Amino acid sequence: MAVTNLTIDGAPEVQGRSLWADARNRFFRNKAAVTSLIVFTIIVVACFVAPFLGLRAPDYINWNLSSWSAPDLQTGYLLGTDGNSRDLFVRTLYGGQISLLVGFTATLVSLVIGVVWGASAGFLGGKVDGFMMRIVDILYSIPFIFFVIMLTVVFGRNIVLIYVAIGAVSWLDMARIVRGQTISIRRKEFIEAAEASGVSKWRIITRHIIPNTLGPVVVYVTLTVPNVILTESFISFLGMGTQEPGSSWGQLVSDAAVVMEIAPWAIIGTGAFLAITLLCLNFIGDGMRDAFDPKDR
Amino acid sequence: MLNYFFRRLGGAIPTLFIIIAGTFFMMRLAPGGPFARERVVPPEVEANLMKAYHLDEPLWQQFVRYLSGLVQGDFGPSFKYKDFTVADLIFGGFPVSLQLGGIAIVLALVIGITLGIWAALRQNSWVDYATMSVSMVGIAVPNFVIAPVLTLVLGLQLSLLPVGGWGKPGNYVLPIIALCLPQIAAIARLTRASMIEVLSSNFVRTARAKGLRESITITRHAIRAAILPVISYLGPAIANIITGSVVVEQIFSIPGIGRYFVQGSLNRDYTLVMGVTVFYGGLIILCNLIADLLYGILDPKVRYD
Amino acid sequence: MAAILDVQGLKTSFTTPEGPVRAVNDVSFAIHAGETLGIVGESGSGKSQIFMSIMGLLAKNGRAEGSVKFKGKEILNIPVPELNKIRGVKMSMIFQDPMTSLNPYLSVKRQMTEVLETHRGMSQDAALAAAIEMLEVVQIPEAKRRVHMYPHEFSGGMRQRVMIAMALLCEPELLIADEPTTALDVTVQAQILDLLGKLKRETGMAIALITHDLGVIAGLADRVMVMYAGAVAERADAGPLFKTPQHPYTQGLLRSMPRLDEARAERLQTIGGQPPNLQRLPEGCTFRDRCVYAFDRCAVERPPLRPVSPDRAKACHLEAL
Repeated sequence: MAVTNLTIDGAPEVQGRSLWADARNRFFRNKAAVTSLIVFTIIVVACFVAPFLGLRAPDYINWNLSSWSAPDLQTGYLLGTDGNSRDLFVRTLYGGQISLLVGFTATLVSLVIGVVWGASAGFLGGKVDGFMMRIVDILYSIPFIFFVIMLTVVFGRNIVLIYVAIGAVSWLDMARIVRGQTISIRRKEFIEAAEASGVSKWRIITRHIIPNTLGPVVVYVTLTVPNVILTESFISFLGMGTQEPGSSWGQLVSDAAVVMEIAPWAIIGTGAFLAITLLCLNFIGDGMRDAFDPKDR
Repeated sequence: MLNYFFRRLGGAIPTLFIIIAGTFFMMRLAPGGPFARERVVPPEVEANLMKAYHLDEPLWQQFVRYLSGLVQGDFGPSFKYKDFTVADLIFGGFPVSLQLGGIAIVLALVIGITLGIWAALRQNSWVDYATMSVSMVGIAVPNFVIAPVLTLVLGLQLSLLPVGGWGKPGNYVLPIIALCLPQIAAIARLTRASMIEVLSSNFVRTARAKGLRESITITRHAIRAAILPVISYLGPAIANIITGSVVVEQIFSIPGIGRYFVQGSLNRDYTLVMGVTVFYGGLIILCNLIADLLYGILDPKVRYD
Repeated sequence: MAAILDVQGLKTSFTTPEGPVRAVNDVSFAIHAGETLGIVGESGSGKSQIFMSIMGLLAKNGRAEGSVKFKGKEILNIPVPELNKIRGVKMSMIFQDPMTSLNPYLSVKRQMTEVLETHRGMSQDAALAAAIEMLEVVQIPEAKRRVHMYPHEFSGGMRQRVMIAMALLCEPELLIADEPTTALDVTVQAQILDLLGKLKRETGMAIALITHDLGVIAGLADRVMVMYAGAVAERADAGPLFKTPQHPYTQGLLRSMPRLDEARAERLQTIGGQPPNLQRLPEGCTFRDRCVYAFDRCAVERPPLRPVSPDRAKACHLEAL
């Protein structure tokens, strides 16, 4: 049989799409996520830009107004006053700074601990990995809020302590994800291929391993932030978290809940800030998760 | 199967020990003794008090004493409520918390699973979007925001339900709703996601290819597989209800353990705080164990690991 | 010979955010009683989707049109309860990956007896006995004991035998085997193919054997249908197809198989280029870009499937290769 080559040269090239571009497209197609991103940005900007807007100071006591007075658009007291005749709306904006900062710093703490723990476990493998993950399993069953509260009982209501404590109890999921990713990446054939083609170990880590672990890590970071804010608000609501004058949303909601009957707008206003922020963060997190790992929605 | 159970038990015991030890040593590390809050007492009286509460003994000895007390069901005396032991308070408040939490978890499972399955079967319909949007709210919004708002609307404005206290059937409604709403939401989402994945799985395709009635395919094949992640979530769900109850009991003035915990924390009543943490910690471990057993019954693969 | 399955003008497409994907483009063929039709093609050629459409197993975003007659009765897009009287009973299907195709949470016994309970109204005991008997037919050792086990306790080859047994419980007239050996080791492959051959001889059932591997077809198929880009490229009896392929694609496929009995060639033969994007099929012949013999007409007019002899059809403008 004559060996005729049936190949054709010069077939048209197919344009590839990078994983990130794909994910970004999917994310922006998600209407809920995009809307949430916009709303969240507005809230964050409002909270942190507030001091520069020439609004009333959050600790300014207006002796002419009674406590928990109703919102008054003319005087600009959008949510009325709080228990000490201070501008509740402004206090809520400032409170947002605290809640959001806790969210991000505690998440950072949990990210660092989680990544280090998870990557080490995944990388070292074997018995060390087994041991480290057993610890994670055990810690998973412990109701952490109780421990964080106990920390505040023991050490007082120190804001930094709260950040760190909350971060320290939220790293478990992150560790699991990072470990899982590290293990699966290590095993993947393209790593073997890269090694076989003589790519340096450092290049492999930066060019191949890290970009592939980033996806799920980013998703979990976005989902951890609202959890952390929730935890902090929970503690503050019970009166064990932030202290005056640096009140976070949790505390504001707590104060407003007590006077619900005479000032319903207070709980609705403060609660709305907290609820909407958390809602937005959750939608964004969900959107990111779907963007990186789409399942039939 | 027995093997599996003992392995799980083996994991539970160190966890319990860590909780007890962690709680104990954290409390003992606290600056200022339990009496620091009250009026200053003369040194001899303080020494006597320390002796009475065994606070003068070396730490490890106190720990052993605590452990042996625990085994007998003795959580130590309450530092604040002088006439009561912590055990009195915990076991007194437990029936209330149990009712509250128990009903909440049952409702959460029944409603959550049903909604999740329904949404999955009617994927992308209005039922689906509605359920998922509402459940997103349930998950994201803290129950201490939902509870007051519910109270505001149903209790105050519409005067439909009492806003606090315990005892009459009406008292149950709001706290249970506030408590189980986030879990209904979480369970519904979980069930839906799991169900959707299972419905497009190869073995459901095989079931259909075999010409089985769709209802059998759904119940015997799909739901059976989809329920497993929910069982796994049972432990955390109960833990969340317990944590949630702390706030709910506080808001609605319900005489349960959660409220004692909060009071104890604010009053620096160490033994009470420790006792509740250990008690609830143990309860969560027990529930996790039961959930694991249930999972083992339903998933043949883990039994033979 | 009567045609058990008669497919005319089957078109299947999937709606996606980027536009419709035409997986099956106007496919017509027939399978007769007792014959084995091999359906060959690359991934994405539409070979599996043809039968997914017939069995009503398309994904949610899939739509099928055309006519599919089973023993003269139209079965395409009929209501599910009607279809259930045929699937699993008169027409059964086995799939590529037996591990994921069997329910891991139910015993093999359950998964087999439910077929008999549903379709034959048998009692649990009678169904169990029948199941064990069938497991023995497919040569599962210690069937009586193993029937109570779970899928993960079987090896890959045995799982596929279980699937085959499950498919044969109601003595179907047509067995659709979708890449039954692709996920298995080569030696196990041979065993399964032998089993299928034996069953075919003993029961006289028709088989639709879907695969991308020509070697699998060689031993079992009476007739072969070569699929490309969702349409039939060539259809012929097995022998003639292998000896004298009439379509450039078939020729390419045959040539690309490395052979032990040939003089050592320098390079592996390939068919250059890529299969076309099913969302944007080119005008004219879909194989044109990769075809050595292409000429002007190929770019303009899509060749229909035309008979070149009583038992042979091809979709190509060339008169002969």
